[in-house]
Amino acid sequence: MRRARDPFFWGLFSGGGMLTALLLPALFLVTAITAPMGWFGMTGYEEWATLAGHPLTRAGLLLVAFLAFFHAAHRFRYTLYDGLQLYHLDALISIVTYGVAAVLTVLAAALLILVV
Amino acid sequence: MPDTVKLEVFRYRPEGEGAPVYETFEVPYRDEWMVLDALNHIKDHQDGTLSYRWACRMGVCGSCGMTVNGEPVLTCATYLEPFLPGPIRVEPLHGFPVIRDLVGDLEDFVEKLQRVKPWIIREEEKPTSEGEYLQTPEEMDAYKRYSMCINCMLCYAACPIYELEPGFIGPAAIALAQRYNLDSRDEGARERHEVLAEHEGVWSCTFVGECSIVCPKDVDPAGAIQRYKVDATLDFFRSLVTPGRSP
Repeated sequence: MRRARDPFFWGLFSGGGMLTALLLPALFLVTAITAPMGWFGMTGYEEWATLAGHPLTRAGLLLVAFLAFFHAAHRFRYTLYDGLQLYHLDALISIVTYGVAAVLTVLAAALLILVV
Repeated sequence: MPDTVKLEVFRYRPEGEGAPVYETFEVPYRDEWMVLDALNHIKDHQDGTLSYRWACRMGVCGSCGMTVNGEPVLTCATYLEPFLPGPIRVEPLHGFPVIRDLVGDLEDFVEKLQRVKPWIIREEEKPTSEGEYLQTPEEMDAYKRYSMCINCMLCYAACPIYELEPGFIGPAAIALAQRYNLDSRDEGARERHEVLAEHEGVWSCTFVGECSIVCPKDVDPAGAIQRYKVDATLDFFRSLVTPGRSP
């Protein structure tokens, strides 16, 4: 079981790190610069809501949120584990960090389904 | 340039004071002298009981690794000049038990190195009459970098994880496992996987990266470890979607 746990969570961690490093600058560029400046059309709320409401966009955003949360959880787990050397609390730390990431992922999914 | 420079040398004489002390020696300063030359001067002219390891003086034997002003270095490849005006503090490599003065106990490393089977493993040796195992330049490039390791253990001294988790198999052992895993003549990757895929194999590493910074041979153990993590992770997820395949 332990053999499966390490590659599983490291996979989420590294996938999240890579995906956010690639996508967040692009998301920032589009939502914080090009859209407010009106450079490529796409200025109105309606247009953005339509784009964000597309099932593929929702699935993509959920994937980014899911991996980013687990990336952060893994990093925070090791900050506590190695940084503060709380080895005896590893099981508790793992449950709390990955648990919070799982709850946040469910919330993100709910938001994407209900609100967008 | 000064005529002399002071060295504060870590001394541990189990039969003497018991506790380690720092002893200050003043040695002649020469532009072309390495830290090892200064230690040899102490041993030859001031205190013949000073104990340390060295052999080749040219950065290939890997025996003269010590901590100089807090950094793990090969003392035969480290000039005195950048540390002027001194004093220069010379200590054994961190993370290893000290046997005497600057000599550390390497038993743990040697045991771990053997565990990853750093030699070419063949399921079946072909008879000598069939000739050599040929390799293209590309096939050699795949592992050559990792083959430059001289077992100097500077990477272990620099690794904060090795200090915190003594069971961690460590940077050089993993880099050398990869040296054989990536060799086209080798068929032992499964056997090494048994050791590397443990938590105390690659997964203890949190990619601090100090091992690759201090490596005097540019082996890049941190890169070797991350590559193995990627392969092991892909293997694991593939085994989930491919029934009957073990990770």
